[in-house]
Amino acid sequence: MNINELEKLQNEGIDKLPSIERRTFLKAGLAITGVFMGGTVLSLTLAGKSQAKVSTESNGTSSFPYSPHYSMVMRQNRCIDCERCKEACVKTNHVPSYGYRTTILENYKITGPEETERIFMPVLCNHCNRPPCVRVCPTKATYKDKKTGIVMMDSKKCIGCKTCMAACPYNARYFNEETRAIDKCNFCFDTRLSKGKKDTACVEACPADVRIFGDLSDTDSEVYKLIHAADKIVWVLRPETGALPNVYYMND
Amino acid sequence: MASFSLAAFNEPEVATPGTNLLTGLFGMLFVAGIGVGLYGFIAGHEHIYNNTREVPWGLLISTYAFFAITSTGLCLLAAISHVFGGNKIAPLANRMVWLSLITLISGFIVIGMEIENPWRMAIWNVISPNPTSNIWWMGTLYGMAIGFVVLEFWLILMRQFKLALVLGIFGALAEIAANSCLGGVFATLPSHPFWYGGQLPVFFLGCAFTSGAAAAILFTHFAHVIRRKKMDETMYNGVQAAAKVLLLMLILIGVATWWKMVSFFVGGTDAGRLAAQALISGPLSTNFWVLEVAIGLVAPILLLAVTRVRNVAAMSAAALMTLIGMFIARMDMVIAGQLVPQYAGMDSSLPTYLNYMPSGYEWIVALGGIGLTGLAFLLGERFFGKTFADHGNH
Repeated sequence: MNINELEKLQNEGIDKLPSIERRTFLKAGLAITGVFMGGTVLSLTLAGKSQAKVSTESNGTSSFPYSPHYSMVMRQNRCIDCERCKEACVKTNHVPSYGYRTTILENYKITGPEETERIFMPVLCNHCNRPPCVRVCPTKATYKDKKTGIVMMDSKKCIGCKTCMAACPYNARYFNEETRAIDKCNFCFDTRLSKGKKDTACVEACPADVRIFGDLSDTDSEVYKLIHAADKIVWVLRPETGALPNVYYMND
Repeated sequence: MASFSLAAFNEPEVATPGTNLLTGLFGMLFVAGIGVGLYGFIAGHEHIYNNTREVPWGLLISTYAFFAITSTGLCLLAAISHVFGGNKIAPLANRMVWLSLITLISGFIVIGMEIENPWRMAIWNVISPNPTSNIWWMGTLYGMAIGFVVLEFWLILMRQFKLALVLGIFGALAEIAANSCLGGVFATLPSHPFWYGGQLPVFFLGCAFTSGAAAAILFTHFAHVIRRKKMDETMYNGVQAAAKVLLLMLILIGVATWWKMVSFFVGGTDAGRLAAQALISGPLSTNFWVLEVAIGLVAPILLLAVTRVRNVAAMSAAALMTLIGMFIARMDMVIAGQLVPQYAGMDSSLPTYLNYMPSGYEWIVALGGIGLTGLAFLLGERFFGKTFADHGNH
């Protein structure tokens, strides 16, 4: 029906509507408002403020206070467990055989009755915005770099109480016998970033481009674009610990 | 002058062949513990202790916590008995001050052998302190407590009782704060749901009164056993008052333990529930049910209740069982909190529970701490015995 023709029609008035139609209309209206209202009441929160469980904003950090604010995005389903990232890390950062700074977890996702999919998940220090390890260190031997946000070690100050190992939700720390200090990933700060390189050894070594490294405070960076992509679900590991990690996971 | 005064407290008659033998045995335990601990610094702790990347804390941390908590309880009960009065514990208090000091030093010796670089601590704890670190506060406050309690004990020996009481109050305040930070070390780690939460610090304080009362009873009784002397009425009343504190605290600890365990099974994370399950039916279940619950809580409660807190031997036995239970409870708590892998559910190669059993070397170091407490207790009886018998003066 044309809107212009509709305008010309004479108003029939509500008194001429059959009551069954009025009721149907009211019911529809109540049902629509009810869904929203009822939903709000049941969740005991304003619908507008509630957050999806797996959204970047609610789990990770939503502000990027460092510059550059280093971050890593793992495109998990690309990982084939070739372990070249591990090798590159060991070689670049002289990681001893009894320890590791990064590793790959392996899991099975149930995709149907008697069907599973193998999933590889690279992990490393999450360089959290609220790092539990930094809070608990008695001597500030581990600290969050004021400029880059990288969680670093000042080995000479480490007393070896291992509280940071206990505090870390990501098993990212080990005791290095040579330095008699806890060792951990520092995004290759001393071995690469401070020497002008733009990425970490594990990122460079990855043949499948699983790991994307970059500056979250730069809205043109790939990491920024990836974690803000409207059509992707992005998550972080162990969000319940409130550590606000800077390593994000997604499927490509 | 000092040596002259000290000689006045000697009780050479305590040094019977039997106590000398015991002193020697405790001394050997202590020396063995120190020896292994020092060897650990050279060989590397990772080669003689069974701690791992995933389970960085074990028997030595729990033994330290046991000693520190016992020291806090002794110090608090001694101070409270004098500050507020109204109870009969005061006659035990001088011995309790000494015991508080030696248990704390034993704890520090054990943790000193656990920390990888205590020498770095001496420097960086001072010039690079982290005020948000519970470990820093715990170490600093317990360190201050040692200072206060040493001074307090010295003033008791010098018969400066009023000033000693003031130091005793400072010591008690430092110990409460330190004990609370010790609880905070575990309670503020959300990565371990079994530890995380507001209950732990006040639970530790409750355990302090429990262990402190138990230690006061046990060592006062032992002090009379080695002298082959019957307790006089004042001492008996003191021990009985401590046993009443012990009974009350055991019941409260039982209630706290019950609800803590229940809380994991009504919701919350799987990691917390699995950790609790490790105690109930998992790898720590014998520890938990037999040593922590049956011997450490139920048996002493029943023993004290059935004997109506009147029989010295029963009170002493209840105290010994309590201390064994407390020792194991600290171990259970420290280990259970770490047994569930951090990436549980994210890595199919991970076991339900990680494996940690203290190594023989760890046991030797832990026993070294017990050796020091035993040794210093007997030497205390030998050299300061008369002070401990000094009823009501503190």
